[in-house]
Amino acid sequence: MSRDTQAAIQFSHVHYQSGDTKILNDITGWFPKNHITTLVGPSGAGKTTLFRLCNGLISPDSGEIYIDDQKISSYEPVTLRRKVGIALQQAVMVPGTVRKNLALPVELQGEELPEETAKEMIRLVGLDERFLDRNAKDLSGGQRQKVSIARTLVMKPEILLLDEITSSLDRVSQQEIEELIIRINETYQTTIMWITHNLKQALSIGEYTWVMMDGELVETGESSLLKDPQNPRVQTFVKGESE
Amino acid sequence: MSFLLLGLSLIFVLIPLILSKTLNLGLEKDAVVATIRAIIQLLAVGYIIQFVFDAENFFYIFLMVVLIIGAAVQNARKKGVSIQGITWKLIVTFVFIEVLTQGILLGLNITPATAQYIIPISGMVIGNSMVLSILFLNRFTSEIESREAETELILSLGGTPKQAIHRPLISSIQASTIPTIESQKTIGLVQLPGMMSGQIIAGADPLQAVMFQLLIIFLLLTTAVVTSAMLGFLSYPTLFNERMQLLKPEKQ
Repeated sequence: MSRDTQAAIQFSHVHYQSGDTKILNDITGWFPKNHITTLVGPSGAGKTTLFRLCNGLISPDSGEIYIDDQKISSYEPVTLRRKVGIALQQAVMVPGTVRKNLALPVELQGEELPEETAKEMIRLVGLDERFLDRNAKDLSGGQRQKVSIARTLVMKPEILLLDEITSSLDRVSQQEIEELIIRINETYQTTIMWITHNLKQALSIGEYTWVMMDGELVETGESSLLKDPQNPRVQTFVKGESE
Repeated sequence: MSFLLLGLSLIFVLIPLILSKTLNLGLEKDAVVATIRAIIQLLAVGYIIQFVFDAENFFYIFLMVVLIIGAAVQNARKKGVSIQGITWKLIVTFVFIEVLTQGILLGLNITPATAQYIIPISGMVIGNSMVLSILFLNRFTSEIESREAETELILSLGGTPKQAIHRPLISSIQASTIPTIESQKTIGLVQLPGMMSGQIIAGADPLQAVMFQLLIIFLLLTTAVVTSAMLGFLSYPTLFNERMQLLKPEKQ
């Protein structure tokens, strides 16, 4: 990665463990601003933990994380979480309608979501306006994911973290969400980090890639590295995933 | 009632023991221990209360109330070990309940300021508060676990700990107070309350017994709601750190 590009998030010797289990081990690297970076690696590599650190849901045991060159610990938690939005694989919904879910980030600040914004957001993720009155528990997996992304976008985050948001979706929904994310990146210049198990997806939508294994960052660079990895562990991983 | 007649009433302990043995229910040991404990504890309390009543000394009344609160805290705290500082939270809650209820009763002259009234009423109020605390803590800890994803979702969207814990907290308060409210709806229809029955058996005027029972019912309603709400609002901040992160047991 060229250092001409600005860093949205930087990690410096970040360690994190849960109980006696080391989850992240000496992570040092950065995510470029206004670009899409994908994170790949086997399950248990620490990718989701890395996202939770960036959103401030947890803090590192040691090391530093910088967002826009400012220490993450110096941000007010609420300010940080609205700057760095996160959409998780489970796409958790609060009980109620889609409208209520979309309004959640705004209501948490004691405000109301204007009807026009609700309509704009639901259309942005490729759903019909009539979905606003649907009960969130009646949505399909793909629809929940779209609502979850729209809900995160309501906060207008500068950085968007997407955790395996297409892993349980059919090919058509997957493609729709990929197009949506690219559109968001191009329209709002949002920095996007996307965890995926799908190497083809990582190659096609990510400009840059991080490969993580056993809590370590083992290889990073332009996504084309996945075609010809240098690290032997990554070579084995890529070969295994392609078969 | 003489000790001989009380001894005869042990037939009611023998019946479940025989049934347990015959049906292999495995309740014998627990039933025997519970019976022995009840006999020893109640007889001891009987003698102590007799002493305190005779002495009519405020210090002994105070000591009795402290003992009641201490025993209640000791019992309830086991259910909330995952909540930091639960012992102090329970002490504060029980003391507050005691001061609130006795303050109103004595302040408005509803009951006389004598050991005969203060000790039994304190026992009932704190006992109920203890049961409510156990119900609340059980429910609250399981709600936090089952709604962890929702709690973190709200935090991740920029919500405060209070906003994130709102639903588990309210649902736990509601769930723990339901038994008190429901049992009060059918009181007198399905069962005659123990205190009222006891007074009537002891020869008191039934109307007087009913009036005292109503007083206790009103007290227990206050106790139920205040205990759950107070314990909830005292407990939830310890589930988060200063970075507004939900603490997991291994990180607490």
